[in-house]
Amino acid sequence: MRREWEGEKLPRVVFTLLIVSKAGGLIYNREFHAGLSKQDTNELLIIAGTFHGVHAISQKLCPVPPAQPPPSNIPTMPVRPSGIEVMESANFRLQCFQTVTGTKFLLFTEPQQPNIDGIMRRIYELYCDFAMKNPFYTVEMPIRCEKFDRGLDGFVKATR
Amino acid sequence: MASTKAARIGEDVWKTRVDKVNAELVTLTYGTIVAQLCADFDADYAEVNRQLDKMGYNIGVRLIEDFLAKSGTAACANFRETAEMIAKVGFKMFLNITPPITNWSGDNKQFSLIFDENPLADFVELPDDGRAQDELWFSNILCGVIRGALEMVQLQVEAHFVSDVLRGNDTTEMRISLIRIIDDEMPPDDE
Repeated sequence: MRREWEGEKLPRVVFTLLIVSKAGGLIYNREFHAGLSKQDTNELLIIAGTFHGVHAISQKLCPVPPAQPPPSNIPTMPVRPSGIEVMESANFRLQCFQTVTGTKFLLFTEPQQPNIDGIMRRIYELYCDFAMKNPFYTVEMPIRCEKFDRGLDGFVKATR
Repeated sequence: MASTKAARIGEDVWKTRVDKVNAELVTLTYGTIVAQLCADFDADYAEVNRQLDKMGYNIGVRLIEDFLAKSGTAACANFRETAEMIAKVGFKMFLNITPPITNWSGDNKQFSLIFDENPLADFVELPDDGRAQDELWFSNILCGVIRGALEMVQLQVEAHFVSDVLRGNDTTEMRISLIRIIDDEMPPDDE
């Protein structure tokens, strides 16, 4: 059951962002608003790793194997099932966006948070700008970039 | 079909989502890098080509994310679509050019890009030492960029220039060959 209040504006909050590398390692986490219970770094690493594993299984499960296009002599890319995209509880919603390169963005929000796709896309752009384009950031390693933190804070807080 | 779609995406991204910089800044910066490499490696042009390719590769593995984020495109279905995306969206976005795609091989694993215009080489004349004309691929960084970017989206390719107007050839042509599609699935017995 979703919580609802008569006449009251529903809270719309983005709680936390996790970024998981191709290999399943947690490379970034940031809390924007309190609301989820505090997890220490170790627990976050476990959450990231576990989700990565479950996501991989969900890609395998894919109830019906995706139809392969008819054979032709044009080299064809394998069809990749999306895997888990959303997990929802009464208290939060976890949206997973996996880029074509395999990096995953996990966003914990209020269940009623609108326009998560738009938020996700903007976060991806910020990641490109402040992590990938930072020449001293090593790809696939934990992201410690202050400008990225600030950019995210500025954007996420403005979306409320 | 795919061709016009890619062209439309490229135009759209270029118009609405890309910050522009002065083209001469790009040309001069790149020219300085190549000239410096030639000086540093004592005009060992084979080595300069290698260094440029390596630099390009490191750019490519990062640039691909920007490409994906800005263009919002999903994974390509096949290699022909990939070629369209590179030429009409990628090059459009980052250099505002759309090199035509030609010379597909029979097995559809190789194609060429023809650079009628090349912002990297606008004011360039190769050194007149009798070797640069035969050995240096001035824009070799582009090969590396393509190799790096495609590797991040599970495509292992080989890219090299086969001709360059700077060397006195009629066209500037880059050849791109698909080596394999990287299957990142775990082997079945890897438990």
